[in-house]
Amino acid sequence: MEREVVLSVRDLNVKFRMRKKALHAIRGISLDLYQGESLAIVGESGSGKSVLSKNFIGLLDKNGYVESGTIQFGGKDITHLKEKEWEQIRGGQIAMIMQDPMTSLNPLKSIGWQICEALKYHRKIVGQAAQKKAVELLTDVGITEPETRLKQYPHEFSGGMRQRVAIAIAVACNPQVLICDEPTTALDVTIQAQILNLLKSLKDRYGLTLVFITHDLGVVANIADRIAVMYAGDIVEIGTCDEIFYDPKHPYTWALLSSLPQLGTKGEKLYSIQGTPPNLYLPIRGDAFAPRNPNALAIDYLHRPPYFQVSETHKAKTWLLDSRAPKIAPPEQIQSIRSICFLGGETDGRE
Amino acid sequence: MVENKEVLLSVKDLKVAFGAKKHSFEAVRGISFDIYKGETFGLVGESGSGKTTVGRAIIRLIPVSGGEIIFNGERISGKIPRALDKKVIRNIQMIFQDPMASLNERAKVDYIVKEGLLNTEKGLSAQEYENRVQKALMDVGLLPEFAGRFPHEFSGGQRQRIGIARALIMKPSFIIADEPISALDVSIRAQVLNLLSNLQKERGLTYLFIAHDLSVMRFISDRIAVIHKGRLVEMAETEKLFQHPLHPYTQALLSAIPLPNPEAEKQKKLKIYDPACQDYSTDPPVWAEAAEGHFILANQAELKKYREVLQHAR
Ligand SMILES: Nc1ncnc2c1ncn2[C@@H]1O[C@H](COP(=O)(O)OP(=O)(O)O)[C@@H](O)[C@H]1O
Ligand SMILES: Nc1ncnc2c1ncn2[C@@H]1O[C@H](COP(=O)(O)OP(=O)(O)O)[C@@H](O)[C@H]1O
Ligand SMILES: [Mg+2]
Ligand SMILES: [Mg+2]
Repeated sequence: MEREVVLSVRDLNVKFRMRKKALHAIRGISLDLYQGESLAIVGESGSGKSVLSKNFIGLLDKNGYVESGTIQFGGKDITHLKEKEWEQIRGGQIAMIMQDPMTSLNPLKSIGWQICEALKYHRKIVGQAAQKKAVELLTDVGITEPETRLKQYPHEFSGGMRQRVAIAIAVACNPQVLICDEPTTALDVTIQAQILNLLKSLKDRYGLTLVFITHDLGVVANIADRIAVMYAGDIVEIGTCDEIFYDPKHPYTWALLSSLPQLGTKGEKLYSIQGTPPNLYLPIRGDAFAPRNPNALAIDYLHRPPYFQVSETHKAKTWLLDSRAPKIAPPEQIQSIRSICFLGGETDGRE
Repeated sequence: MVENKEVLLSVKDLKVAFGAKKHSFEAVRGISFDIYKGETFGLVGESGSGKTTVGRAIIRLIPVSGGEIIFNGERISGKIPRALDKKVIRNIQMIFQDPMASLNERAKVDYIVKEGLLNTEKGLSAQEYENRVQKALMDVGLLPEFAGRFPHEFSGGQRQRIGIARALIMKPSFIIADEPISALDVSIRAQVLNLLSNLQKERGLTYLFIAHDLSVMRFISDRIAVIHKGRLVEMAETEKLFQHPLHPYTQALLSAIPLPNPEAEKQKKLKIYDPACQDYSTDPPVWAEAAEGHFILANQAELKKYREVLQHAR
């Protein structure tokens, strides 16, 4: 299936200046984002998920810089835009939701005012029409009694409700791409499940292209069309949702899946990844995951693996996919992923 | 599973209220449960449901406004003798959710870990304190030389280990773990859960494990109690609760567990608990045993239905 590419990253390298040293946060990433898809970016803390996506809206921290590579969006390279040019893209074309919704909400203004400002600035909708649209948006994100809620301030909302408001404001700008950076990490599982459902339905309704960032591979099985697994500033495996869950190839993806508590058995040890991620101040030789990989090959310590294509949609950077590599089977736990099912006995169909 | 059930902690009709009389708010509204020696008892519910308040009431950080708490056969709630208060401090320890917020940022790890001992075992020599700290650090998989560092020099998982070392040094028999892994990366959660399980096996510890996520509970708990707005709505052995959840709120919590299996996840129906689905105007709910060891908050009509469900299930 040929699909339109909306955003295209090529050989991106991002570094941070830290006193006399440089931290290499993004180490040569290439990635295409397709129109209307939802792409999950998954990896543990510090793997570079936020830094990568901040490049898409021009919010890289001051001490960070793009050392090389390009990001094509809307017919141009956006790696070296001026702040004025970013104002055209940010919000209106690419919007972002953060883990803490308060970072994007103004505590001193009512919710209605904030939505109307977004409508005015990005879509030139004002007055009665804006009011009406604002009510519609709050309804869309599942907030009841929208007319009353519009007059309220952020502190009058619970954490989950605030995240819904932040989503309403982001959607008000009618963006083409919506980036959600760990939007549910601080929320209860029940609220998390509702927000995930909400994002999925908004994506369909508004034709959004969604980038969903999380450290928890366990939550993306429903929302993701494709999954990119990040490790130490690189995408080590990317494929469709089914390919990553049912046929993962990279030992790091294996490790992430194996450590999910949903796969554990009571009384037995839960799989856990040993060691820590590499120091990004130092050059990394070979496969960055090798020191933590119980099955690392000799070559993993010497040469960085290229992508090996598994299918048209699936590729991974691991020497295990080289034809000369020994055959190593994925851990047992993850071979039983297909048998994980909903528990809770009889479902009576009530939603 | 715990074989010979000896009750270690008994919570009876516990009530906790905050605020002055007129504006008082009852965060815990009369809950009862027993925890057996050596088991892990899970308490699960959404934020604000009163889980932490229950934990804090047990370790006497906040006063109870009704009911009582019995530990090892002695009442430990309300006014108690000083000697017993000391015993409670030593025997019951709590591990908190946010390892950063719960550790004193300006103190070195050494002080953080031994702080409890300084109050309860005043007579020890400096060398004895040091030995105890080093042992506690090693017990949780940290290097003894970490004692000289500050909390901010550690990762989230390591900080949680420091929190555990701080509890272990007291040689408690009962640990309240309040969402100890909620703030951690998934990859590190497994390490902390394994550590807690190992410590339990080695020392015969009893845990009250608090979480908002049932998926973790299944892995760690022997029995689970579900709390909603300050009241228990259901309590059962873990597998029984997962196989036959009765209360609609328990069912909602179960349906929210994310499944790492795209096919199952896409078929799953999310249930949302709406208290309005229960009409309690004429027939109010009571805390009753629907089957052996399976408790539920329900009115007589519901109870009859639930008993039938469980009977069929057998
Ligand atoms: N402003 C900054 N200065 C220095 N290092 C930074 C800065 N922002 C992020 N980093 C580093 O870049 C790496 C990737 O960070 P981040 O993208 O935030 O990770 P993630 O979102 O995957 O948890 C980490 O090692 C982090 O410490
Ligand atoms: N010190 C306090 N003063 C007033 N209200 C409190 C206090 N501690 C907790 N509460 C309230 O009690 C309820 C239960 O809180 P808590 O036990 O922390 O819930 P949980 O741990 O389940 O998230 C909440 O509504 C909370 O706002
Ligand atoms: Mg991040
Ligand atoms: Mg709490």
